[in-house]
Amino acid sequence: MFAAFLQYLFSGLTSGAIYALAGLGFAIIYNASHVINFAQGEFIMIGGMASATLVAAGVPMPLAIVLALLISMAVGVALEKFAIEPARNADVVTIIIITIGASIFLRGATQIILDKEFHSLPAFSGETPIGVMGATLMPQSLWVFAVAAVMIVGLWWFFNRTMFGKAMLATSHNRLAAQLVGVGVKKVLLASFALSALLGAVGGVVVTPITFTNYEAGIMLGLKGFSAAVLGGLGNGGGAIIGGLIVGIVEALASGYLSSAYKDAIAFVIILFVLFFMPNGLFGKRGTDRV
Amino acid sequence: MRNLVKWGATAMVCAGVVALAGQASAAEPIKIGAFLSATGPASFLGEPEKKTLEMYVEKMNKAGGVMGRKLELVVYDDGGAGDKASTFAKRLIESDKVDVLIGGSTTGTTMAAVPLVERAGIPFISLAGGVNIVEPVKKWVFKTPHTDRMAAEKVFGDMKKKGISKIALISEDAGFGKSGHDQSMLVVKNYGIEIVADEVYSPKDPDVTAQLTKIKNTPGVQAVFNFGFGQGPAIVTKNFKQLGMTVPLYQSHGVASKDYIKLAGEAAEGVRLPAAGLVVPDQLAATDPQKPVVTAFKKEYEAAFKSDVSTFAGHAYDGLQIFLAAAARAGSVDKEKVRDEIEKTSGYVGTGGLVSMTATDHMGLSLSAFHMVEIRKGDWVLSD
Repeated sequence: MFAAFLQYLFSGLTSGAIYALAGLGFAIIYNASHVINFAQGEFIMIGGMASATLVAAGVPMPLAIVLALLISMAVGVALEKFAIEPARNADVVTIIIITIGASIFLRGATQIILDKEFHSLPAFSGETPIGVMGATLMPQSLWVFAVAAVMIVGLWWFFNRTMFGKAMLATSHNRLAAQLVGVGVKKVLLASFALSALLGAVGGVVVTPITFTNYEAGIMLGLKGFSAAVLGGLGNGGGAIIGGLIVGIVEALASGYLSSAYKDAIAFVIILFVLFFMPNGLFGKRGTDRV
Repeated sequence: MRNLVKWGATAMVCAGVVALAGQASAAEPIKIGAFLSATGPASFLGEPEKKTLEMYVEKMNKAGGVMGRKLELVVYDDGGAGDKASTFAKRLIESDKVDVLIGGSTTGTTMAAVPLVERAGIPFISLAGGVNIVEPVKKWVFKTPHTDRMAAEKVFGDMKKKGISKIALISEDAGFGKSGHDQSMLVVKNYGIEIVADEVYSPKDPDVTAQLTKIKNTPGVQAVFNFGFGQGPAIVTKNFKQLGMTVPLYQSHGVASKDYIKLAGEAAEGVRLPAAGLVVPDQLAATDPQKPVVTAFKKEYEAAFKSDVSTFAGHAYDGLQIFLAAAARAGSVDKEKVRDEIEKTSGYVGTGGLVSMTATDHMGLSLSAFHMVEIRKGDWVLSD
């Protein structure tokens, strides 16, 4: 009985860590610009697709991964430069709609430039399951946990210990004031897109051996990542991680103990329930509006 | 003055059109209309179908056409959306004035076009699997692929032969998997098999070990049957191996492509599934009437596109051949006559199997069209 529970937990942690990685990217861009970037799932997809295509073409895996990350960052920068920046005076809702358009464009472009097939990457450290008290876990899931943890620490360091990170935070708190004290607001927005594209692509690379990828893979990851980010409190990196793990574990326990047919519904009901009592998510700052 | 010029131009264009029409009527091409899901979630069906139709129409035109007439193919991409499919079907019938409709890569897009087709009265050959396309029989609607019910029957038949009586079903909670699940439930009793665990997963779930653990802990499960396509079955297969489950794993014909073996890797070893002869042409018995057909088709397709042939490409090939044979027998493309001749198709050897249609069977395939194959060392091995 305990072994079964542990297996459900592992299953939930595996999915949850994937959702968490996706949620993290939403949190970063929201932090820097109050924009919810609905093309975040596409960054994950591009990371996965680019690395899988390069590996299939014979490029050694480490090099393929680095190239895939650079490609995704370039796409993120291009997205900001050509779609977001020209609309910088538009309100946030307009920019959000632009990101939805961009996500459809990126999906279509990938479909034409690469292909429509499913792709996979070899697991980083083999495919031998690790047994823990009767339950099993794939080594790749550990990679996903580790990468998520490294990202959280890295982001904490970036936002609290580097000048540029602090400038980004300042811009998110008060754009005008930040500009007045000499922060290059334009550069900050550009960097935030590059950073979240990088985060998305890293996520895409580590989850591809588990979930596979194709040009549409970003839709589901984006949706689940967004739920994770909202549940954890938009703009809070740690919150997105915890939100993702909660969504994943609830889904796994629901399909284990209740019914697999309703697991998605159960996860969404819990999110709605939390948001009903805590509209800013579990770890979100309470928003105050000056009247 | 300007008006005069305009009128003059119009008159000239009209005269030109009339002249052209007069010329064309000598050997007007046979118009084949197709709406396929060449992009979108079902593109793995629509794309090979489109390529196949284009390749064979071009090939036949080079060889001088059919009945002394060239073929003209009009293809639209419905992206897998039913509303687009019905719009394109309408356009093909009303403005392109095609002689036959091929397509509907999915059951959804096919069913969206059926009411239009029935009203317009035009032969329609669907390339989708759902059993409800031809059941109940619709006057103008035919189909070439095997149904999901046949796949389920083939699998249950194989289980029965092996003395398996209690199984677990795990299916995708959408489209193909859902329909397969319902058909399985319908026919499973005929084989004396009981489904003791019935689990589902969403098409894009990253992990299904929770569902499989539940199955593993259900007492008496002798085999697991997975119904789905895309990456889902590959994830099921990998998780199945991860949990160290040892009962036989069956998949549906939805995974009968090399992509599945590539994605699932070593975990696919020993998986059994029903598949058309097209995936194992070399292993068919020399006496098998299908052998020359599928061998030739596989060779031509793979030479033209440098990619592995899929059974879906075969469905389009069969559809085109069945129509052309019927038109040749009818001696014209008169819609009513062609329809009657399609219904009389008998003993046509296609990539999907032996096709013999009747007034009550607009698909014409029997269970023998499927072979059981097992995956060994990353390849299909015939194992009837």
